[in-house]
Amino acid sequence: MNRAAPQRFSLCRVGAMLRRYLYLLRSSLPRILDLIYWPLVQMLTWGFLQTYLAKASAGGPSVGRLGLAAGALIGAMLLWDILFRGQLGFSVSFLEEMWSRNVANLMMSPLSIGEFILALMAMSIIRLSIGFLPVTFLAILFFGFNLWGLGVAVGFFFANLIVTGWAIGLFCSGVVLRYGLAAESLVWTIMFLMQPLACVFYPASVLPKPLQAFAWILPPTYVFEGLRALLIHHTFHADLMGEAFVLNMILFGAAVLAFRRMLQDARRAGSLLQTGE
Amino acid sequence: MHIAAPQSAYDPAAPAIEVEALTKVYKRLVAVDQVSFSVARGSVTGLLGGNGAGKTTTIGMIMGLILPTSGKVNVLGVDMLRDRRKVLARMNFESPYVDMPHRLTVRQNLEVFGRLYGIGDFEIRISILAKDLALEDLLDRPSGQLSAGQKTRVALAKALINEPEVLLLDEPTASLDPDTADWVRAHIEEYRRSSGAAILLASHNMQEVERLCDRVIMLKEGRIVGDASPAELLARFERSNLEEVFLDLARGRRRAQ
Repeated sequence: MNRAAPQRFSLCRVGAMLRRYLYLLRSSLPRILDLIYWPLVQMLTWGFLQTYLAKASAGGPSVGRLGLAAGALIGAMLLWDILFRGQLGFSVSFLEEMWSRNVANLMMSPLSIGEFILALMAMSIIRLSIGFLPVTFLAILFFGFNLWGLGVAVGFFFANLIVTGWAIGLFCSGVVLRYGLAAESLVWTIMFLMQPLACVFYPASVLPKPLQAFAWILPPTYVFEGLRALLIHHTFHADLMGEAFVLNMILFGAAVLAFRRMLQDARRAGSLLQTGE
Repeated sequence: MHIAAPQSAYDPAAPAIEVEALTKVYKRLVAVDQVSFSVARGSVTGLLGGNGAGKTTTIGMIMGLILPTSGKVNVLGVDMLRDRRKVLARMNFESPYVDMPHRLTVRQNLEVFGRLYGIGDFEIRISILAKDLALEDLLDRPSGQLSAGQKTRVALAKALINEPEVLLLDEPTASLDPDTADWVRAHIEEYRRSSGAAILLASHNMQEVERLCDRVIMLKEGRIVGDASPAELLARFERSNLEEVFLDLARGRRRAQ
Protein backbone atom coordinates (compact mmCIF):
# COMPACT_ATOMS: atom_id res chain seq x y z
CA MET A 1 0.00 0.00 0.00
CA ASN A 2 1.38 3.41 -1.00
CA ARG A 3 1.54 5.74 2.01
CA ALA A 4 2.98 9.21 2.61
CA ALA A 5 5.51 9.51 5.43
CA PRO A 6 3.26 10.33 8.40
CA GLN A 7 5.61 12.61 10.29
CA ARG A 8 6.45 15.15 7.60
CA PHE A 9 4.13 18.06 7.05
CA SER A 10 1.72 16.92 4.37
CA LEU A 11 -0.30 19.17 2.11
CA CYS A 12 -2.19 16.03 1.07
CA ARG A 13 -3.60 15.72 4.58
CA VAL A 14 -4.48 19.42 4.60
CA GLY A 15 -6.18 18.82 1.25
CA ALA A 16 -8.06 15.85 2.68
CA MET A 17 -9.47 18.03 5.45
CA LEU A 18 -10.39 20.76 2.98
CA ARG A 19 -12.15 18.20 0.84
CA ARG A 20 -14.06 17.01 3.91
CA TYR A 21 -15.26 20.55 4.70
CA LEU A 22 -16.15 21.29 1.09
CA TYR A 23 -18.17 18.08 0.85
CA LEU A 24 -19.97 19.23 3.96
CA LEU A 25 -20.57 22.75 2.70
CA ARG A 26 -21.87 21.72 -0.69
CA SER A 27 -24.22 19.17 0.87
CA SER A 28 -26.24 21.95 2.49
CA LEU A 29 -27.70 24.86 0.51
CA PRO A 30 -28.95 26.61 3.68
CA ARG A 31 -25.39 26.72 5.00
CA ILE A 32 -24.14 28.29 1.79
CA LEU A 33 -26.95 30.85 1.84
CA ASP A 34 -26.20 31.58 5.48
CA LEU A 35 -22.68 32.59 4.48
CA ILE A 36 -24.10 35.30 2.20
CA TYR A 37 -27.25 36.26 4.12
CA TRP A 38 -25.76 38.05 7.15
CA PRO A 39 -23.03 39.97 5.33
CA LEU A 40 -25.71 41.15 2.90
CA VAL A 41 -28.06 42.26 5.68
CA GLN A 42 -25.21 44.08 7.44
CA MET A 43 -24.11 45.79 4.27
CA LEU A 44 -27.66 46.98 3.50
CA THR A 45 -28.19 48.29 7.05
CA TRP A 46 -24.96 50.25 7.13
CA GLY A 47 -25.33 51.31 3.53
CA PHE A 48 -28.73 52.90 4.21
CA LEU A 49 -27.32 54.54 7.33
CA GLN A 50 -24.54 55.97 5.19
CA THR A 51 -27.11 57.30 2.72
CA TYR A 52 -29.15 58.85 5.52
CA LEU A 53 -26.11 60.55 7.09
CA ALA A 54 -25.03 61.90 3.73
CA LYS A 55 -28.50 63.36 3.07
CA ALA A 56 -28.89 64.72 6.62
CA SER A 57 -25.60 66.55 6.35
CA ALA A 58 -26.25 67.93 2.87
CA GLY A 59 -25.86 71.70 2.82
CA GLY A 60 -24.43 71.84 6.33
CA PRO A 61 -20.93 73.04 7.17
CA SER A 62 -19.62 69.53 7.84
CA VAL A 63 -21.04 67.89 4.75
CA GLY A 64 -17.73 66.79 3.33
CA ARG A 65 -16.32 65.27 6.49
CA LEU A 66 -19.59 63.66 7.55
CA GLY A 67 -20.11 62.21 4.11
CA LEU A 68 -16.65 60.69 4.16
CA ALA A 69 -17.18 59.49 7.71
CA ALA A 70 -20.35 57.78 6.58
CA GLY A 71 -18.28 56.16 3.84
CA ALA A 72 -16.01 54.96 6.61
CA LEU A 73 -19.00 53.31 8.27
CA ILE A 74 -19.80 50.98 5.40
CA GLY A 75 -16.09 50.38 4.86
CA ALA A 76 -15.67 49.54 8.53
CA MET A 77 -18.64 47.20 8.35
CA LEU A 78 -17.11 45.34 5.41
CA LEU A 79 -13.78 45.03 7.21
CA TRP A 80 -15.53 43.99 10.42
CA ASP A 81 -17.07 41.17 8.44
CA ILE A 82 -13.59 39.93 7.47
CA LEU A 83 -12.70 39.76 11.16
CA PHE A 84 -15.97 38.24 12.33
CA ARG A 85 -16.54 35.83 9.42
CA GLY A 86 -12.87 34.88 9.41
CA GLN A 87 -13.13 33.77 13.02
CA LEU A 88 -16.47 32.05 12.49
CA GLY A 89 -15.21 30.28 9.36
CA PHE A 90 -12.35 28.85 11.39
CA SER A 91 -14.34 27.97 14.50
CA VAL A 92 -17.42 26.57 12.76
CA SER A 93 -15.29 24.14 10.75
CA PHE A 94 -13.83 22.99 14.04
CA LEU A 95 -17.30 22.78 15.60
CA GLU A 96 -18.34 20.50 12.73
CA GLU A 97 -15.87 17.96 14.12
CA MET A 98 -17.30 18.32 17.60
CA TRP A 99 -20.91 18.08 16.42
CA SER A 100 -20.19 14.92 14.46
CA ARG A 101 -18.06 13.39 17.28
CA ASN A 102 -15.20 13.05 14.81
CA VAL A 103 -12.42 14.66 16.85
CA ALA A 104 -11.01 11.37 18.17
CA ASN A 105 -10.92 9.93 14.64
CA LEU A 106 -8.82 12.90 13.53
CA MET A 107 -6.55 12.84 16.57
CA MET A 108 -5.89 9.14 15.98
CA SER A 109 -5.06 9.70 12.31
CA PRO A 110 -1.64 10.91 11.10
CA LEU A 111 -3.07 14.43 10.79
CA SER A 112 -0.86 16.81 12.77
CA ILE A 113 -2.14 19.78 14.75
CA GLY A 114 -0.34 22.11 12.33
CA GLU A 115 -2.02 20.48 9.32
CA PHE A 116 -5.39 20.66 11.06
CA ILE A 117 -4.95 24.36 11.86
CA LEU A 118 -3.84 25.13 8.30
CA ALA A 119 -6.92 23.37 6.92
CA LEU A 120 -9.15 25.40 9.25
CA MET A 121 -7.41 28.60 8.15
CA ALA A 122 -7.87 27.78 4.48
CA MET A 123 -11.50 26.89 5.08
CA SER A 124 -12.00 30.18 6.88
CA ILE A 125 -10.87 32.04 3.75
CA ILE A 126 -13.11 29.93 1.51
CA ARG A 127 -16.18 30.45 3.71
CA LEU A 128 -15.44 34.15 4.05
CA SER A 129 -14.97 34.58 0.31
CA ILE A 130 -18.35 33.02 -0.46
CA GLY A 131 -20.11 35.72 1.53
CA PHE A 132 -17.70 38.63 1.41
CA LEU A 133 -16.85 38.94 -2.29
CA PRO A 134 -20.43 39.24 -3.61
CA VAL A 135 -21.30 41.73 -0.86
CA THR A 136 -18.37 44.03 -1.73
CA PHE A 137 -19.59 44.16 -5.32
CA LEU A 138 -23.18 44.75 -4.21
CA ALA A 139 -21.91 47.66 -2.07
CA ILE A 140 -20.62 49.27 -5.26
CA LEU A 141 -23.89 48.63 -7.04
CA PHE A 142 -26.23 49.82 -4.27
CA PHE A 143 -24.26 52.52 -2.47
CA GLY A 144 -21.34 53.40 -4.69
CA PHE A 145 -18.82 52.28 -2.08
CA ASN A 146 -15.89 50.52 -3.73
CA LEU A 147 -13.73 48.75 -1.16
CA TRP A 148 -11.43 47.52 -3.93
CA GLY A 149 -10.86 51.12 -4.93
CA LEU A 150 -8.69 51.45 -1.83
CA GLY A 151 -6.06 49.50 -3.72
CA VAL A 152 -3.25 47.60 -2.08
CA ALA A 153 -4.32 48.81 1.37
CA VAL A 154 -7.21 46.32 1.21
CA GLY A 155 -4.64 43.50 1.13
CA PHE A 156 -2.98 44.79 4.30
CA PHE A 157 -6.33 45.30 6.03
CA PHE A 158 -7.46 41.82 5.00
CA ALA A 159 -4.26 40.06 6.06
CA ASN A 160 -4.24 41.66 9.49
CA LEU A 161 -7.92 41.09 10.18
CA ILE A 162 -7.98 37.49 9.02
CA VAL A 163 -4.98 36.59 11.21
CA THR A 164 -6.74 38.11 14.22
CA GLY A 165 -9.85 36.12 13.29
CA TRP A 166 -7.81 32.90 13.10
CA ALA A 167 -6.15 33.59 16.45
CA ILE A 168 -9.49 34.17 18.18
CA GLY A 169 -11.00 31.18 16.34
CA LEU A 170 -8.15 28.93 17.42
CA PHE A 171 -8.48 30.05 21.02
CA CYS A 172 -12.25 29.40 20.98
CA SER A 173 -11.68 25.97 19.40
CA GLY A 174 -9.31 25.11 22.23
CA VAL A 175 -11.87 26.14 24.82
CA VAL A 176 -14.56 24.02 23.12
CA LEU A 177 -12.16 21.08 22.89
CA ARG A 178 -11.37 21.36 26.58
CA TYR A 179 -14.83 22.13 27.97
CA GLY A 180 -17.08 20.54 25.37
CA LEU A 181 -19.99 21.93 23.42
CA ALA A 182 -21.28 23.64 26.54
CA ALA A 183 -18.72 26.34 25.67
CA GLU A 184 -19.96 26.61 22.07
CA SER A 185 -21.65 29.99 22.61
CA LEU A 186 -18.20 31.53 23.03
CA VAL A 187 -17.57 30.91 19.34
CA TRP A 188 -20.58 33.00 18.33
CA THR A 189 -20.21 35.83 20.81
CA ILE A 190 -16.54 36.47 21.57
CA MET A 191 -16.02 38.82 18.64
CA PHE A 192 -18.78 41.12 19.84
CA LEU A 193 -16.68 41.72 22.94
CA MET A 194 -13.97 42.98 20.65
CA GLN A 195 -16.24 45.22 18.56
CA PRO A 196 -16.47 48.21 20.96
CA LEU A 197 -12.84 47.91 22.05
CA ALA A 198 -11.36 47.59 18.57
CA CYS A 199 -13.03 50.90 17.61
CA VAL A 200 -14.64 49.51 14.49
CA PHE A 201 -16.96 52.44 13.83
CA TYR A 202 -15.32 55.32 15.74
CA PRO A 203 -11.80 56.53 16.47
CA ALA A 204 -9.93 55.23 19.50
CA SER A 205 -9.80 58.77 20.88
CA VAL A 206 -13.52 58.48 21.65
CA LEU A 207 -12.84 55.84 24.31
CA PRO A 208 -12.04 56.73 27.93
CA LYS A 209 -8.28 56.85 28.52
CA PRO A 210 -7.95 53.46 30.31
CA LEU A 211 -9.87 51.74 27.54
CA GLN A 212 -7.77 53.45 24.88
CA ALA A 213 -4.69 51.73 26.25
CA PHE A 214 -6.50 48.42 25.99
CA ALA A 215 -7.80 49.20 22.50
CA TRP A 216 -4.26 49.71 21.20
CA ILE A 217 -3.33 46.20 22.32
CA LEU A 218 -5.82 44.83 19.80
CA PRO A 219 -4.52 44.49 16.22
CA PRO A 220 -7.89 45.36 14.58
CA THR A 221 -7.82 48.83 16.20
CA TYR A 222 -4.85 49.69 13.95
CA VAL A 223 -6.69 48.43 10.90
CA PHE A 224 -9.86 50.43 11.53
CA GLU A 225 -7.87 53.55 12.35
CA GLY A 226 -5.93 52.95 9.15
CA LEU A 227 -9.16 52.65 7.18
CA ARG A 228 -10.50 55.94 8.54
CA ALA A 229 -7.20 57.69 7.81
CA LEU A 230 -7.34 56.41 4.26
CA LEU A 231 -10.97 57.36 3.65
CA ILE A 232 -10.99 60.73 5.38
CA HIS A 233 -7.40 61.97 4.96
CA HIS A 234 -6.39 59.87 1.93
CA THR A 235 -3.33 58.70 3.82
CA PHE A 236 -2.20 55.10 4.07
CA HIS A 237 -0.39 54.45 7.33
CA ALA A 238 1.98 51.57 6.71
CA ASP A 239 3.26 51.97 10.25
CA LEU A 240 -0.18 51.10 11.63
CA MET A 241 -0.24 47.96 9.51
CA GLY A 242 3.24 47.01 10.68
CA GLU A 243 2.27 47.42 14.33
CA ALA A 244 -0.90 45.39 13.76
CA PHE A 245 1.19 42.67 12.11
CA VAL A 246 3.56 42.42 15.08
CA LEU A 247 0.65 42.27 17.53
CA ASN A 248 -1.03 39.67 15.35
CA MET A 249 2.05 37.45 15.42
CA ILE A 250 2.07 37.66 19.20
CA LEU A 251 -1.67 37.02 19.38
CA PHE A 252 -1.53 34.06 16.98
CA GLY A 253 1.47 32.56 18.80
CA ALA A 254 -0.38 32.88 22.09
CA ALA A 255 -3.46 31.24 20.55
CA VAL A 256 -1.40 28.29 19.29
CA LEU A 257 0.12 27.83 22.75
CA ALA A 258 -3.30 28.11 24.40
CA PHE A 259 -4.79 25.59 21.95
CA ARG A 260 -1.97 23.11 22.58
CA ARG A 261 -2.34 23.58 26.33
CA MET A 262 -6.10 23.02 26.20
CA LEU A 263 -5.61 19.96 23.97
CA GLN A 264 -3.26 18.53 26.59
CA ASP A 265 -5.79 19.37 29.30
CA ALA A 266 -8.50 17.60 27.29
CA ARG A 267 -6.24 14.53 26.97
CA ARG A 268 -5.58 14.70 30.70
CA ALA A 269 -9.31 14.99 31.46
CA GLY A 270 -10.10 12.16 29.06
CA SER A 271 -12.61 14.26 27.14
CA LEU A 272 -11.29 13.68 23.60
CA LEU A 273 -13.07 10.34 23.39
CA GLN A 274 -16.34 11.80 24.57
CA THR A 275 -16.65 15.15 22.86
CA GLY A 276 -20.02 16.72 23.49
CA GLU A 277 -21.83 18.53 26.25
CA MET B 1 7.07 -6.30 33.53
CA HIS B 2 9.72 -3.98 32.17
CA ILE B 3 9.31 -2.18 28.85
CA ALA B 4 12.47 -2.04 26.82
CA ALA B 5 13.58 1.21 25.22
CA PRO B 6 11.68 1.85 21.98
CA GLN B 7 13.26 0.05 19.06
CA SER B 8 14.11 2.00 15.99
CA ALA B 9 14.26 -1.11 13.80
CA TYR B 10 11.31 -3.37 13.07
CA ASP B 11 11.35 -6.29 15.48
CA PRO B 12 8.73 -8.90 14.56
CA ALA B 13 9.22 -10.74 17.84
CA ALA B 14 8.44 -7.70 19.99
CA PRO B 15 4.91 -7.34 21.33
CA ALA B 16 2.66 -5.02 19.37
CA ILE B 17 1.39 -3.34 22.53
CA GLU B 18 3.25 -3.07 25.82
CA VAL B 19 1.66 -1.44 28.83
CA GLU B 20 3.50 -1.01 32.11
CA ALA B 21 2.02 0.16 35.43
CA LEU B 22 -0.55 2.24 33.60
CA THR B 23 -2.57 4.38 35.99
CA LYS B 24 -5.23 7.00 35.44
CA VAL B 25 -6.67 9.04 38.28
CA TYR B 26 -9.51 11.51 37.68
CA LYS B 27 -9.50 13.78 40.73
CA ARG B 28 -10.20 11.17 43.41
CA LEU B 29 -11.41 8.39 41.13
CA VAL B 30 -8.84 5.76 40.22
CA ALA B 31 -10.08 4.66 36.80
CA VAL B 32 -7.08 2.46 35.93
CA ASP B 33 -4.69 1.22 38.58
CA GLN B 34 -1.22 -0.14 37.84
CA VAL B 35 -2.26 -2.13 34.78
CA SER B 36 0.51 -4.01 32.97
CA PHE B 37 0.17 -6.33 29.99
CA SER B 38 1.41 -6.90 26.47
CA VAL B 39 -0.34 -7.94 23.28
CA ALA B 40 1.52 -10.16 20.82
CA ARG B 41 1.42 -9.55 17.09
CA GLY B 42 -1.19 -11.66 15.37
CA SER B 43 -3.19 -12.20 18.55
CA VAL B 44 -6.57 -11.05 19.77
CA THR B 45 -6.65 -9.97 23.40
CA GLY B 46 -9.86 -9.17 25.15
CA LEU B 47 -10.26 -6.53 27.85
CA LEU B 48 -13.21 -7.76 29.80
CA GLY B 49 -15.02 -5.93 32.55
CA GLY B 50 -18.27 -4.35 33.62
CA ASN B 51 -19.26 -0.74 33.20
CA GLY B 52 -16.64 1.55 34.72
CA ALA B 53 -14.03 -1.21 34.94
CA GLY B 54 -11.51 0.92 33.05
CA LYS B 55 -11.64 -0.70 29.59
CA THR B 56 -12.27 2.45 27.56
CA THR B 57 -9.81 4.48 29.62
CA THR B 58 -7.13 1.83 29.07
CA ILE B 59 -7.76 1.81 25.32
CA GLY B 60 -7.82 5.62 25.28
CA MET B 61 -4.42 5.72 26.96
CA ILE B 62 -2.98 3.18 24.54
CA MET B 63 -4.17 5.38 21.67
CA GLY B 64 -2.69 8.46 23.31
CA LEU B 65 -6.05 10.22 23.44
CA ILE B 66 -6.03 10.07 27.24
CA LEU B 67 -2.89 11.00 29.17
CA PRO B 68 -2.06 8.52 31.91
CA THR B 69 -1.34 9.77 35.40
CA SER B 70 1.64 7.42 35.39
CA GLY B 71 2.93 4.38 33.54
CA LYS B 72 4.20 3.62 30.06
CA VAL B 73 2.64 2.61 26.75
CA ASN B 74 4.57 1.35 23.73
CA VAL B 75 2.88 0.50 20.45
CA LEU B 76 4.98 -1.25 17.79
CA GLY B 77 8.05 -0.23 19.78
CA VAL B 78 7.10 3.45 19.90
CA ASP B 79 6.57 5.37 23.13
CA MET B 80 3.01 6.68 22.76
CA LEU B 81 3.52 9.44 25.28
CA ARG B 82 6.44 10.93 23.36
CA ASP B 83 6.30 9.87 19.73
CA ARG B 84 2.78 8.72 18.94
CA ARG B 85 2.78 10.35 15.49
CA LYS B 86 5.48 7.90 14.41
CA VAL B 87 3.06 5.02 14.67
CA LEU B 88 -0.43 6.46 14.09
CA ALA B 89 -0.42 5.48 10.41
CA ARG B 90 0.07 1.84 11.43
CA MET B 91 -2.80 1.62 13.90
CA ASN B 92 -6.49 2.38 13.97
CA PHE B 93 -9.53 2.06 16.19
CA GLU B 94 -13.26 1.83 16.44
CA SER B 95 -15.30 3.13 19.34
CA PRO B 96 -18.98 3.66 20.04
CA TYR B 97 -18.07 7.07 21.48
CA VAL B 98 -16.85 8.28 18.12
CA ASP B 99 -18.79 8.92 14.94
CA MET B 100 -18.25 10.22 11.44
CA PRO B 101 -19.72 13.29 9.75
CA HIS B 102 -23.37 12.50 9.12
CA ARG B 103 -23.92 14.56 6.00
CA LEU B 104 -20.99 13.10 4.12
CA THR B 105 -21.66 9.93 2.21
CA VAL B 106 -19.97 6.73 3.27
CA ARG B 107 -17.68 6.97 0.24
CA GLN B 108 -16.73 10.58 1.04
CA ASN B 109 -15.98 9.72 4.67
CA LEU B 110 -13.82 6.77 3.72
CA GLU B 111 -12.08 8.83 1.03
CA VAL B 112 -11.18 11.55 3.55
CA PHE B 113 -9.72 8.98 5.94
CA GLY B 114 -7.96 7.21 3.07
CA ARG B 115 -6.26 10.48 2.19
CA LEU B 116 -5.47 11.30 5.82
CA TYR B 117 -3.76 7.94 6.18
CA GLY B 118 -1.82 8.62 2.99
CA ILE B 119 -3.21 5.67 1.06
CA GLY B 120 -2.33 6.28 -2.57
CA ASP B 121 -4.77 3.78 -4.03
CA PHE B 122 -7.59 4.58 -1.63
CA GLU B 123 -10.30 4.08 -4.25
CA ILE B 124 -9.26 0.45 -4.68
CA ARG B 125 -9.03 0.06 -0.91
CA ILE B 126 -12.55 1.45 -0.48
CA SER B 127 -13.85 -0.97 -3.13
CA ILE B 128 -12.25 -3.91 -1.33
CA LEU B 129 -13.62 -2.84 2.04
CA ALA B 130 -17.05 -2.17 0.56
CA LYS B 131 -17.10 -5.70 -0.84
CA ASP B 132 -15.74 -7.32 2.33
CA LEU B 133 -18.11 -5.44 4.65
CA ALA B 134 -21.15 -5.46 2.35
CA LEU B 135 -21.15 -1.69 2.01
CA GLU B 136 -21.42 -1.48 -1.76
CA ASP B 137 -25.05 -0.36 -1.73
CA LEU B 138 -24.37 2.13 1.05
CA LEU B 139 -21.37 3.95 -0.40
CA ASP B 140 -23.34 6.86 -1.80
CA ARG B 141 -25.72 7.26 1.12
CA PRO B 142 -25.16 9.91 3.81
CA SER B 143 -23.61 8.30 6.88
CA GLY B 144 -26.29 9.83 9.09
CA GLN B 145 -29.03 7.86 7.35
CA LEU B 146 -27.60 4.46 8.20
CA SER B 147 -28.89 2.03 10.79
CA ALA B 148 -26.80 1.19 13.86
CA GLY B 149 -25.57 -2.02 12.25
CA GLN B 150 -24.66 -0.28 9.02
CA LYS B 151 -22.84 2.47 10.93
CA THR B 152 -20.83 -0.15 12.79
CA ARG B 153 -19.77 -1.71 9.49
CA VAL B 154 -18.76 1.70 8.15
CA ALA B 155 -16.82 2.43 11.35
CA LEU B 156 -15.08 -0.92 10.93
CA ALA B 157 -14.26 -0.01 7.32
CA LYS B 158 -12.72 3.24 8.55
CA ALA B 159 -10.77 1.31 11.18
CA LEU B 160 -9.41 -1.01 8.48
CA ILE B 161 -8.79 1.62 5.80
CA ASN B 162 -5.03 1.66 6.47
CA GLU B 163 -4.72 -2.10 7.07
CA PRO B 164 -3.56 -1.44 10.63
CA GLU B 165 -0.97 -3.61 12.34
CA VAL B 166 -2.59 -2.70 15.65
CA LEU B 167 -6.37 -2.52 15.84
CA LEU B 168 -8.16 -1.29 18.95
CA LEU B 169 -11.84 -2.08 19.19
CA ASP B 170 -14.02 -0.71 21.97
CA GLU B 171 -17.22 -2.73 22.22
CA PRO B 172 -17.42 -3.29 18.46
CA THR B 173 -20.75 -5.08 18.60
CA ALA B 174 -22.51 -2.99 21.23
CA SER B 175 -26.14 -2.28 20.30
CA LEU B 176 -26.06 -4.63 17.32
CA ASP B 177 -28.62 -7.34 16.66
CA PRO B 178 -27.26 -10.91 17.02
CA ASP B 179 -27.01 -11.48 13.27
CA THR B 180 -25.04 -8.30 12.58
CA ALA B 181 -22.90 -8.83 15.67
CA ASP B 182 -22.02 -12.34 14.48
CA TRP B 183 -21.21 -10.97 11.06
CA VAL B 184 -18.90 -8.29 12.50
CA ARG B 185 -17.13 -10.85 14.69
CA ALA B 186 -16.55 -13.08 11.69
CA HIS B 187 -14.97 -10.19 9.86
CA ILE B 188 -12.68 -9.34 12.78
CA GLU B 189 -11.57 -12.98 12.86
CA GLU B 190 -10.92 -12.90 9.14
CA TYR B 191 -8.92 -9.69 9.37
CA ARG B 192 -6.71 -11.08 12.11
CA ARG B 193 -6.15 -14.24 10.08
CA SER B 194 -5.33 -12.47 6.83
CA SER B 195 -3.29 -9.55 8.20
CA GLY B 196 -1.55 -10.89 11.30
CA ALA B 197 -2.58 -7.73 13.11
CA ALA B 198 -2.64 -7.43 16.88
CA ILE B 199 -6.16 -6.75 18.07
CA LEU B 200 -7.13 -5.44 21.48
CA LEU B 201 -10.84 -5.67 22.03
CA ALA B 202 -12.74 -4.19 24.95
CA SER B 203 -16.05 -5.82 25.62
CA HIS B 204 -18.50 -6.93 28.22
CA ASN B 205 -19.92 -9.50 25.90
CA MET B 206 -18.64 -12.86 27.14
CA GLN B 207 -19.58 -14.82 24.03
CA GLU B 208 -17.72 -12.36 21.87
CA VAL B 209 -14.59 -12.57 23.98
CA GLU B 210 -14.77 -16.35 24.15
CA ARG B 211 -15.07 -16.63 20.41
CA LEU B 212 -12.50 -14.06 19.31
CA CYS B 213 -9.82 -13.86 21.94
CA ASP B 214 -6.67 -15.91 22.49
CA ARG B 215 -6.28 -14.24 25.82
CA VAL B 216 -8.55 -12.43 28.24
CA ILE B 217 -7.61 -9.67 30.64
CA MET B 218 -10.31 -9.13 33.22
CA LEU B 219 -10.62 -5.71 34.77
CA LYS B 220 -12.47 -4.73 37.88
CA GLU B 221 -12.40 -1.23 39.34
CA GLY B 222 -9.40 -0.40 37.19
CA ARG B 223 -7.28 -3.37 38.24
CA ILE B 224 -6.45 -6.62 36.45
CA VAL B 225 -8.16 -9.45 38.30
CA GLY B 226 -7.63 -12.15 35.70
CA ASP B 227 -5.24 -12.69 32.80
CA ALA B 228 -5.26 -15.99 30.90
CA SER B 229 -6.63 -17.73 27.84
CA PRO B 230 -10.39 -18.40 27.88
CA ALA B 231 -9.75 -22.14 28.29
CA GLU B 232 -7.39 -21.57 31.22
CA LEU B 233 -9.89 -19.27 32.93
CA LEU B 234 -12.66 -21.83 32.52
CA ALA B 235 -10.46 -24.59 33.92
CA ARG B 236 -9.17 -22.48 36.80
CA PHE B 237 -12.65 -21.43 37.88
CA GLU B 238 -14.24 -24.78 37.03
CA ARG B 239 -16.91 -23.00 35.04
CA SER B 240 -18.49 -23.81 31.72
CA ASN B 241 -18.45 -20.29 30.27
CA LEU B 242 -16.75 -16.93 30.71
CA GLU B 243 -19.90 -15.27 31.94
CA GLU B 244 -19.80 -17.39 35.09
CA VAL B 245 -16.10 -16.65 35.50
CA PHE B 246 -16.82 -12.97 35.09
CA LEU B 247 -19.56 -13.05 37.70
CA ASP B 248 -17.26 -14.87 40.11
CA LEU B 249 -14.64 -12.18 39.68
CA ALA B 250 -17.07 -9.26 39.60
CA ARG B 251 -18.70 -10.34 42.82
CA GLY B 252 -15.37 -11.10 44.45
CA ARG B 253 -16.07 -14.77 44.93
CA ARG B 254 -12.63 -15.80 43.71
CA ARG B 255 -9.50 -14.29 42.28
CA ALA B 256 -7.82 -15.72 39.21
CA GLN B 257 -4.25 -14.82 40.04
